[in-house]
Amino acid sequence: MAKITFDGIEVEVEDGTTILQAARKIGGDVVPPAMCFYTPLKGSGGKCRVCLVKVTQGSARDPRPMPKLVASCITPVQDGMVVENTTNEDVLNARKGIVEMLLINHPLDCPVCDQAGECDLQNLSYEHGVSATRYEEPRRTFNKVDLGPYIQLHMTRCILCYRCVYTADQITNKRVHGVLGRGDAAEIGTYIENVIDNDFSGNVIDVCPVGALTDKTWRFKNRVWFTKPLNAHRDCPTCSGKVTLWSRGETVLRVTARKDEYAEVEEFICNTCRFDKKEMSDWTIEGPRNIDRGSVISANHYELPVVNVPIVPNLPKSTVKKMPTE
Amino acid sequence: MTLSERMYLPAIAQGLGITLKHFFKKKATINYPEETRQRSDVWRGLHVLKRDENGAERCTACGLCAVACPAEAITMTAGERKKGEEHLYREEKYAVTYEINMLRCIFCGLCEEACPKAAIFLQDDKLAPARYERDEFIYGKDRLVEPLKTTETK
Repeated sequence: MAKITFDGIEVEVEDGTTILQAARKIGGDVVPPAMCFYTPLKGSGGKCRVCLVKVTQGSARDPRPMPKLVASCITPVQDGMVVENTTNEDVLNARKGIVEMLLINHPLDCPVCDQAGECDLQNLSYEHGVSATRYEEPRRTFNKVDLGPYIQLHMTRCILCYRCVYTADQITNKRVHGVLGRGDAAEIGTYIENVIDNDFSGNVIDVCPVGALTDKTWRFKNRVWFTKPLNAHRDCPTCSGKVTLWSRGETVLRVTARKDEYAEVEEFICNTCRFDKKEMSDWTIEGPRNIDRGSVISANHYELPVVNVPIVPNLPKSTVKKMPTE
Repeated sequence: MTLSERMYLPAIAQGLGITLKHFFKKKATINYPEETRQRSDVWRGLHVLKRDENGAERCTACGLCAVACPAEAITMTAGERKKGEEHLYREEKYAVTYEINMLRCIFCGLCEEACPKAAIFLQDDKLAPARYERDEFIYGKDRLVEPLKTTETK
């Protein structure tokens, strides 16, 4: 066991735990944000640098501070370590710089993006970023790519966190999805037209911290803050069947895996559950999902939209307002 | 009371005097709608969905106006822009339907403030006129979108 002091809070964790996991054991505001680290994925972390912290005392035996800020998601704790995150000015400034760098090539198309409202990068830049950009050069752009019939890749929005690549490597048993090119030219590819047809390929949507990988069955359907998240399950032969339904009225608009407070998937779900079971009758509803009060998703005080039918012909059925029957 | 006071003659004369005085005073009312008063520059009237300089609709149906609306007056459904519609809609997503219930709207202007695309504005020269039917107060895109300027009249 190792005892460390994180932002002045003492916590005892197992040897080999990372600083980030130790901070998550404390919980609350002191936890450093993470864009690339993902607990269920082996080998993830160390890429985005937003979880940088200052180690002011390396260990009880060697109390010298670490010379540079370290990525807390891949640095293991040592007994007697003293770490500063929110209490250190350097860390906060470095994080501000990292956010600015992540946003250099990220398009500001949040009004169009389906991830808006549950986007890690949006939250990160809201909490740690600056409101203006200093970048004047053109941002890199890519065309949209279809990864199979259900997943769409917007490479322009990608921050190269490699989460989806690790998912494709570890959850699926055939590698069809990786990063092509290097540096500025790096992009998520599927090895030329190799569509992802694995049963669990849809999970790359859930692990994506931004809107780079999105669900095509949910594309432009609605905004996440107008939908009602419900915990539900079904008897699924391939996965646990425990999901979150994003519904509006009686319509299931989207199915995702359940995510914890750090937006990490609790149990990966299969493509049948995610893309094909879009009826309320397919699911056993457990109840509404608890959403953080500060989240925009908790603003979903909405009913079915009132639609003036004669003005707009051929509307989808979901927009017809049902009058209460007596 | 004295006799003259009981006859109320001076009081009647005084009252008539006040009435007469009002004939020559400036009127407090105007003949609306033939005449309108000048409104403040920051007056918040009827909404308009603006087009950009090329005549394409600016609204991308992001839903921020609807979530900002305290009266829940705004509803919309989004659609994907098809090839060849670039001159109609500015972004790849657009509002297929966009409705504001003018009976619910309190003209607070929060939608205007929330809009990231500078698409919705509350005009300072138009009001939602009175009507007989409640349905007629649900303004769809046909009445909200700014008309295309086809001639150089403006």
